[in-house]
Amino acid sequence: MTVPATLDRRFRDAAAAAGLLDVAYELHDSPVGTLFVAVTDHGVCEIHYDADPAAEADRLARHFGARVLRSPRPTDDARRQLDEYFAGTRQDFELEVDLRPAREFGRAVLEQLARVPYGELTTYGTLAERAGKPRAARAVGTIMNRNPIPIVLPCHRVVGSSGSLVGYAGGLDRKRLLLELEGALQPN
Amino acid sequence: MMEAVRVPPFERFYEEQRGPVLAQLRGMLGRDAAEDAFQETFLRALRAYPTLRHGRHLRAWALQIARNVAIDALRRTRITSADVPDLESVDEPLPYEELRRLTDSLPQKERAAVFLRYGYDLSYEEIGNALGQSPEAARQAASSGVRRLRRKELS
Repeated sequence: MTVPATLDRRFRDAAAAAGLLDVAYELHDSPVGTLFVAVTDHGVCEIHYDADPAAEADRLARHFGARVLRSPRPTDDARRQLDEYFAGTRQDFELEVDLRPAREFGRAVLEQLARVPYGELTTYGTLAERAGKPRAARAVGTIMNRNPIPIVLPCHRVVGSSGSLVGYAGGLDRKRLLLELEGALQPN
Repeated sequence: MMEAVRVPPFERFYEEQRGPVLAQLRGMLGRDAAEDAFQETFLRALRAYPTLRHGRHLRAWALQIARNVAIDALRRTRITSADVPDLESVDEPLPYEELRRLTDSLPQKERAAVFLRYGYDLSYEEIGNALGQSPEAARQAASSGVRRLRRKELS
């Protein structure tokens, strides 16, 4: 039997309002494609490009608990701020992030990453240094590649020491587009 | 050894069980009441979800929760005809107006016995005292009243 959309939505809202979810997520359209946006009580825990929602739900359940549900309302604030960012009206995200699954060094690097200002570039080596391990540039590259919350944690602002874009988990086209949006790169 | 079946993310559980749960609730409660019960069923499932040890028999688990929610809803409303045959087992006073309507057509003696038993929750001894009868006569009047109601519902 098909569940009517209003009934379905009512339950998804009620589940979040009752505080019964480990993770709430929603799919959100953006200029860089559909984003999978997930939040916990602690903050945004994941943004993912080109997500397979079922696979992401599995992963989130392992990290945060099995009560993972598509429920738009808890993600509203994050999605509104993403819209503002893409519209060019927001430079800094005012969002808590949930980095509980990250290990010690990974978390230190991501916390440093969060401080890289809008429209500026930094390098893997600089970030390694700021996180307390100046020789760990390669490890920082891996951490950037697995950044659970791209855009909000701006790994697109991290480039090679020669200035080359190097790589991006969402694809270099997206990295370029974000940097052009921020005025850090001139459009080709 | 049996292979462990991981508890799926709630989203998957919900997607797989929402159709069968709604079908069962509509069968038990009708279309409108089923909607509230649907929400309550999955909220109860969410509350209990962290206690699940494995992901087997989730369909049966969901339908059992739905059944419990539907029974609670029927107990609260007591307006369906299915309640009449169960009058003997009610454990709290019925809403008086509803009971008055149901018992209106009964002979006076039976009506009084049924009303005092199920409306005021009196014992047969108390009913007997109130009506100037023996407890046994009060019990017989109440039970023949219930039988008459049941026949009426079935016809």
